[in-house]
Amino acid sequence: MALYECPGCGYRYDEASGDAHEGYAPGTAFGELPDDFTCPDCGVRYKEDFAQVEEGA
Amino acid sequence: MTTYTLQHPEQGTIRYRDRKRYLWLLSVFMPVFPMMGIAAYYASGTEWALLLPLAFSYLFIPLLDWLFGSDENNPPEEIVPQLEEDRYYRVLTYLTVPMHFIVLIAIAAFIGSHELTLWSVLVLALTAGSYSGLGINTAHELGHKKTQLERILARIVLAVPAYGHFCVEHNRGHHTEVATPEDPASSRMGESIYRFALREIPGAMRRGWEQEKKRLARQGRSQWSLHNEVLQSYLLSAALQLGLVLAFGWIMLPFLAVHNVWAWFQLTSANYIEHYGLLRERQESGRYERCQPHHSWNANYLFSNLALFHLERHSDHHANPTRRYQSLRNFDDLPQLPNGYYGMYLLAYLPWLWYRVMDRRLLALPHIRGDLARVNIDPHRRAQILARYERADAAAVTA
Repeated sequence: MALYECPGCGYRYDEASGDAHEGYAPGTAFGELPDDFTCPDCGVRYKEDFAQVEEGA
Repeated sequence: MTTYTLQHPEQGTIRYRDRKRYLWLLSVFMPVFPMMGIAAYYASGTEWALLLPLAFSYLFIPLLDWLFGSDENNPPEEIVPQLEEDRYYRVLTYLTVPMHFIVLIAIAAFIGSHELTLWSVLVLALTAGSYSGLGINTAHELGHKKTQLERILARIVLAVPAYGHFCVEHNRGHHTEVATPEDPASSRMGESIYRFALREIPGAMRRGWEQEKKRLARQGRSQWSLHNEVLQSYLLSAALQLGLVLAFGWIMLPFLAVHNVWAWFQLTSANYIEHYGLLRERQESGRYERCQPHHSWNANYLFSNLALFHLERHSDHHANPTRRYQSLRNFDDLPQLPNGYYGMYLLAYLPWLWYRVMDRRLLALPHIRGDLARVNIDPHRRAQILARYERADAAAVTA
């Protein structure tokens, strides 16, 4: 499980916890997010802009 | 006044004082300016006095923008984290929320308890609508933030202009599609504000609802669930407006109808002037380029920015939407509006004058330089615009 960060606003997507508000269940891999995923906080950065900041356990 | 300091390894001690710190209180009290009109009515006994708040917005503010001019100062970037953490600034946005409720209820109570001509009721409805439209601005500042409290307050204040879909639509719709032909909230060159309103108001409403429906579907919930954030705000609007009808009578029905539409039209006006004709380029991958500061029209006018929580520093806002109002920056070479928002609204309401002022300004931008392929053009006016400006280009070359 890894952690991905929006380079614009710092929003973090943690694969282990998912994002309940956005409807992504715990354990949803970043790769499984829809192709048109944009940062839920700033809306400026696309999925491919996100950088992996931490390797999962 | 608070002084922010920082020890920088290369620049030594950086000190910064925000000279606008207390001037931001104008944004808090701006929503209650309509009470001036009612006070002036009591003082003078004439219903003409009720026109004062509208005159203040559309005549006096553009004049003050012209008189006080621009403020192009930016806080030092190293200080911005401290400025963003200073709770004072966010408390001002919280305090603005009840102001919008107070003024709508006070105007409704005034109408309910006085024998007024129909003209005065219309003026008061436009006044209330104009200042409830400001509530969308308050929601805009709050709704872009990451804390739960600010997001809830945004939904609450959106109940005043009855525009509960705004935050969802704006953050997840407008911000991702801004300055593209697909965005109903970005105006196109040659599109009048009136045609734009017919595309923007229903388009945004539909997109906001659809976005929320998709989010709820991922959660396994129905669009009619009470977790629907758009619906939550609509329900609060219904309770508020029904309460006003019950309390102050049937006159509230036409009053609220005009109030709501005029409040929505305030957002339409802002959206119209904020991205007129600007276009993000499509990249080889099929994606549009990321939103850059030159994809929004900017304005640094001191007075109207202080009245609107820095909304007019729109270029930085779209490039960095979670940045708080006190830290929004000006940049060099931005598309700049020739007056603050209220002055530009007036211009937009007269389309022939708007085109005269803005079309040349748009084509002269450094990233466009007359290249119509880089402009978001209204398809209905495309042939006419190409004929006019391509010919002008050719004439300039031959001359």
